[in-house]
Amino acid sequence: MSAISRDDVQHLASLARIDIPSEQLDHYAAQLGVILDAVAQVSAAPTDDVPAMSHPVPMVNVFRTDEPRESLTADEALSGAPAVEDDRFRVPRILDED
Amino acid sequence: MSELITKSAAELSSLLGTGEVSAVEVATAHLDRIEQVDSQVHAFLHVNRDGALADAARIDEQRAGGEQLPLLAGVPLGLKDILATKGVPTTCGSKILEGWKPPYDATVVKKLREAGIVVLGKTNMDEFAMGSSTEHSAYGPTKNPWDLTRIPGGSGGGSSACLAAFEAPLAIGTDTGGSIRQPAAVTGTVGVKPTYGGVSRYGVVALASSLDQVGPCARTVLDTALLHSVIAGHDVMDSTSIDAPVPAVVESAKRGDVKGMTIGVVKEISGEGFQAGVKQRFDEAVAILESLGANVVEVSCPNFPYALAAYYLILPSECSSNLAKFDGIRFGLRVGDDGNHSVEQVMSMTRAAGFGDEVIRRIVLGTYALSAGYYDAYYGQAQKVRTLIARDFAAAFEKVDVLISPTAPTTAFKIGEKLDDPLAMYLNDVATIPLNLAGLPGMSLPIGLATEDSLPVGLQIMAPAMADDRLYNVGAALERALLEQWGAPLLSKAPQLVGA
Repeated sequence: MSAISRDDVQHLASLARIDIPSEQLDHYAAQLGVILDAVAQVSAAPTDDVPAMSHPVPMVNVFRTDEPRESLTADEALSGAPAVEDDRFRVPRILDED
Repeated sequence: MSELITKSAAELSSLLGTGEVSAVEVATAHLDRIEQVDSQVHAFLHVNRDGALADAARIDEQRAGGEQLPLLAGVPLGLKDILATKGVPTTCGSKILEGWKPPYDATVVKKLREAGIVVLGKTNMDEFAMGSSTEHSAYGPTKNPWDLTRIPGGSGGGSSACLAAFEAPLAIGTDTGGSIRQPAAVTGTVGVKPTYGGVSRYGVVALASSLDQVGPCARTVLDTALLHSVIAGHDVMDSTSIDAPVPAVVESAKRGDVKGMTIGVVKEISGEGFQAGVKQRFDEAVAILESLGANVVEVSCPNFPYALAAYYLILPSECSSNLAKFDGIRFGLRVGDDGNHSVEQVMSMTRAAGFGDEVIRRIVLGTYALSAGYYDAYYGQAQKVRTLIARDFAAAFEKVDVLISPTAPTTAFKIGEKLDDPLAMYLNDVATIPLNLAGLPGMSLPIGLATEDSLPVGLQIMAPAMADDRLYNVGAALERALLEQWGAPLLSKAPQLVGA
């Protein structure tokens, strides 16, 4: 059901925030096409009136009691950050310059 | 080679308990072994020599002080590098987490420490547990101790190889589609994927949250059960963890009696496409189970042929979402943060630089399967197939106590053989995936060497949810019978690794 083009791969990768170099797009497109053809087999399964299963253990709304407890300190939480400023994660600019 | 490294965890436990050996001696013997052979095997990404020796010394002090210690106190272990260890590098086999030291311990790691188990280091794995060969590790593949030109299985190839190379008697793995069982099969070791929710996943980096489960790995069924009982149990920090008593795995591993049990051979994953030598050893194991008094019948699970396809839609979909957190903002690698790139560009550059091929393939595939217009045909349909698989299991367990199959279709293949053919790689999981989709427990244990290549073959046992004890009962019976036949453990037939 599924040829996938290099433009498709580029679009999907951009949605997933992965900057795939343009010379690799054909390679991924070919491999993904083969995989998609194989997984398309699911359409042949007899699934009329069969409910979807998202999770093996049926459970809803698992809550803990709402009481204060120990958590990471700011230093611990920031210990693996690539960049820190004033006890906060420093991030690259969010908005483009105009 | 020190005799200590060939001992089981149970044997070490009694030697430590009587004071015949110290925890420092045991840890040193294994650390020395790692130093001698791991340059060839590459089971470990990080060896925590100083930390392990300090932990061992503390155990010895406590014992000398007359403290009553847990059974496995002082026994060493290799820990898959997907579990968070406070202050100790945790990479998931990925460049994107190179150098990251978590600020907390996973619940399983906490339980290991409380049990006095000495963590020697972190074991190699396919990047973010995506693979069946450990070739997708960003830090280079692990080699199979049976033949260093072959794969040790995956994703937990480091954990299986460290057992087979006698670098540790115990290891921890994670199993999303077979990553504990298939490595166990191809290295002649034992591995168990517990019931989904049976072991806490707090602090375990998620691949596919509806499939992932942490489990024990060892060289014997009893050792696996002893480790299982240490790590299992409810945890308030994991909302998917099951609040019920841990199945009696140790008692069952000591019992090993299949008389009167009904065992089903799953037709759909026991014949076609399986290597002749795998099939031959499997048929012999079936005959042994019959001779031990089990009633073995053939069972059909008609929807299993769709399991692989459903899995390779569900897993990429979930992982494409789970791996969104690796964005170069809060931890790990950041690329392109030079003032000239926006945050989105930095994320895209970081992820392209930090993720390997297989991870990118699966994220893109998952993004596709979840996108508007394809969602119903792919992800939605796969979830319905999942229901059919669970129903197949439920129907089978109305007739039988456990199900069995070969664990993997082939013995260990050559490194590089399937690296450029993702689909061929995925087929290694054909027999292990159905259990993950249904959330049920399974074991792989060694049943001999294939005639054509003299490499280990594994048998898979499958049980209903929270009946993990049945795996150990059947596994122990089969292991005992095979040991009598062989006269020595299978691993004694593995080639000796010569120290570097």
